[in-house]
Amino acid sequence: MSTAARDAETTEASPDPIVGDMIGSGVEGGVGDQVRAYFQRLRGGEMGALPAIGGLVVLAILFAFLSPYFLTERNFANLLTQAATLVMLGMALVFVILLGEIDLSAGVTGGVAMCAFIVLVDVAKWNTWVSLGVGFLIGIATGAFIGFFVARVGIPSFVVTLGLFLGFQGIELIIIGNGGLYNVQDPAILAIMNNNLPIWGGWVMLAIMVLISIGTSFWDRRRRSTAGVPNRAVVLVWIKVLVVAVIGGIVVGLLSQNRGTGFIKVEGVPIVVPITLAILWIGTFVLDRTKYGRYLYAVGGNAEAARRSGVNVIRIRWIAFIICSFLAVVSQLFSISKVGSVDPSAGVAIVLSGVAAAVVGGVSLFGGRGRLMHAAIGAVVIAVITNGLGLLNLPAGVNYAVTGGVLILAATVDAVSRVRAGGSLVRH
Amino acid sequence: MDEPLISLTGVKKSFGPVSVLRGVDLKAYPGKVTALVGDNGAGKSTLIKGLAGVQPYDEGEVRFDGETVTLHNPREASRLGIEVVYQDLALADNLDIVQNMFLGREETSWGTFDEGRMELETSKALQQLSVRTVKSVRQKVASLSGGQRQTVAIARSVINKSRLVILDEPTAALGVAQTEQVINLVKRLAEQNVAVIIISHNLADVFKVADFISVLYLGQMVASVKTVDTSYDDVVGYITGSKTYTGEPA
Repeated sequence: MSTAARDAETTEASPDPIVGDMIGSGVEGGVGDQVRAYFQRLRGGEMGALPAIGGLVVLAILFAFLSPYFLTERNFANLLTQAATLVMLGMALVFVILLGEIDLSAGVTGGVAMCAFIVLVDVAKWNTWVSLGVGFLIGIATGAFIGFFVARVGIPSFVVTLGLFLGFQGIELIIIGNGGLYNVQDPAILAIMNNNLPIWGGWVMLAIMVLISIGTSFWDRRRRSTAGVPNRAVVLVWIKVLVVAVIGGIVVGLLSQNRGTGFIKVEGVPIVVPITLAILWIGTFVLDRTKYGRYLYAVGGNAEAARRSGVNVIRIRWIAFIICSFLAVVSQLFSISKVGSVDPSAGVAIVLSGVAAAVVGGVSLFGGRGRLMHAAIGAVVIAVITNGLGLLNLPAGVNYAVTGGVLILAATVDAVSRVRAGGSLVRH
Repeated sequence: MDEPLISLTGVKKSFGPVSVLRGVDLKAYPGKVTALVGDNGAGKSTLIKGLAGVQPYDEGEVRFDGETVTLHNPREASRLGIEVVYQDLALADNLDIVQNMFLGREETSWGTFDEGRMELETSKALQQLSVRTVKSVRQKVASLSGGQRQTVAIARSVINKSRLVILDEPTAALGVAQTEQVINLVKRLAEQNVAVIIISHNLADVFKVADFISVLYLGQMVASVKTVDTSYDDVVGYITGSKTYTGEPA
């Protein structure tokens, strides 16, 4: 039915405006209705992370056929730690990409923070945690610096962060010295990527996830009931919880097997996994349920509308850059934990992969659309490509070419779905 | 006759050497629709921006509810209950109807959104305006037609419990059916005892919906009349300056 016809047939005024049935909120009906509504949204162009998840499944099946090592517990654990740095960087970038901005310096910001950290620990002999605190402060200060120039002065974020990208490489060199390299010696830092939770710890982590999933779902339902609006069929909550429990159960189960090759047992969930999941959960909570998150989406969708609604657009933008830089430092912390050393090129190469991760996962570079989860999934897709092609002993060149191809494919899916969702291919 | 909700007396505004408003009077009554008409450059937008607090007036008296008030910034205006629905709709495409309706004034409990309450309020606001075209309040605004978007923008003022709603060219970009729909919406908004000021170039719409017509011509209010006491030709005459209104301002 055309819009005009739809409008025309429903313009008649009711005699008493209060009487009449409630306007729906899309949660009515049984499971069947919900599934139909979901497919309708998909056809309408709201695909979210679905293409990335599909791609992930296809890649996993492909590599499982091509390499006998791909589906081993050992490789699975490897994959998670390989992906963690990129997952964290992708999530960091989501905060600025949602605004339609970019932070090209996210990698080197983390790099400078880690260079400062390692020099403070190794040369100045400071306490590890104080030094790490300084690293995070550098991240926050950098974010505030970028935010000032983008949100207050009005310089495009591309330019400001390109400047920092170049400048911070220099600062890394100055801090570390040309050709210098420091080893990470603190066991707590190394543990993030190299040590595992005890086996029971993995199951406790999963139990907490399931409980949080149940808890938030029923909290939401209770608040909706109190307000007097309908809830989704309760069985959908249990399906969601079941999906979390089953997928989580498989992952934790696999990681609980001994994957060591020698006499030493290697088992359990890598410590980086719960850290990443916690940050993912907190970030998603902020984006979905708090004013800051809502305003971030609003500014990304229509900054003028947000401003007229009383949103402090400058503040929202500013804070987004601070969050991005802060999480970028976490990302580089993961990186040095895995590599075990800091050199002057820390964080230089990874930043564009971080942007790619977000885009592959379905975060729109035009701003306003995307979730943290999308960037995480996109990062895993890129990590699977790197990991799988590596197992096949293909040259690194192939890896870059395939990753690039996947990125362009993902961006095309985004652009086409924007057209379907009523937008256009060009930014306006 | 009731007391006007808002009355402007001798309002002046100039930008450098150009005086845009040269002593303008305007009144708007609760439950009535006042149309503000005038040719391009007559000063309509400047007059409205002053009411919204975006561009304060240089001189003149503003009385709201009988009391003298100042309108120096948008916050003062919104505190009084003045809401402007701008021509280029101030909605975020990527958010749904509820999120747009409550943008900047979300209901929270425990520091997080009370989505249920906001959904209910949105449904109620749309129902009060007898909106039937919207299937779900959780639709993304991007998926709405022009008329539906205008509807959402206007319904925001019901959520805010606005007392004076100013509509800037609400039907400019709409088709026939949708224009009809928005005109009905404006009438129902006035029925909620809201004072409505509507700016329009479309005199057919103005005559359909307005109780009063105020005509700006080169920064001066040349006519303020009851719609029933005037004619289409007269209003065109006032707008173009080819006719002079001789009666008392209504």
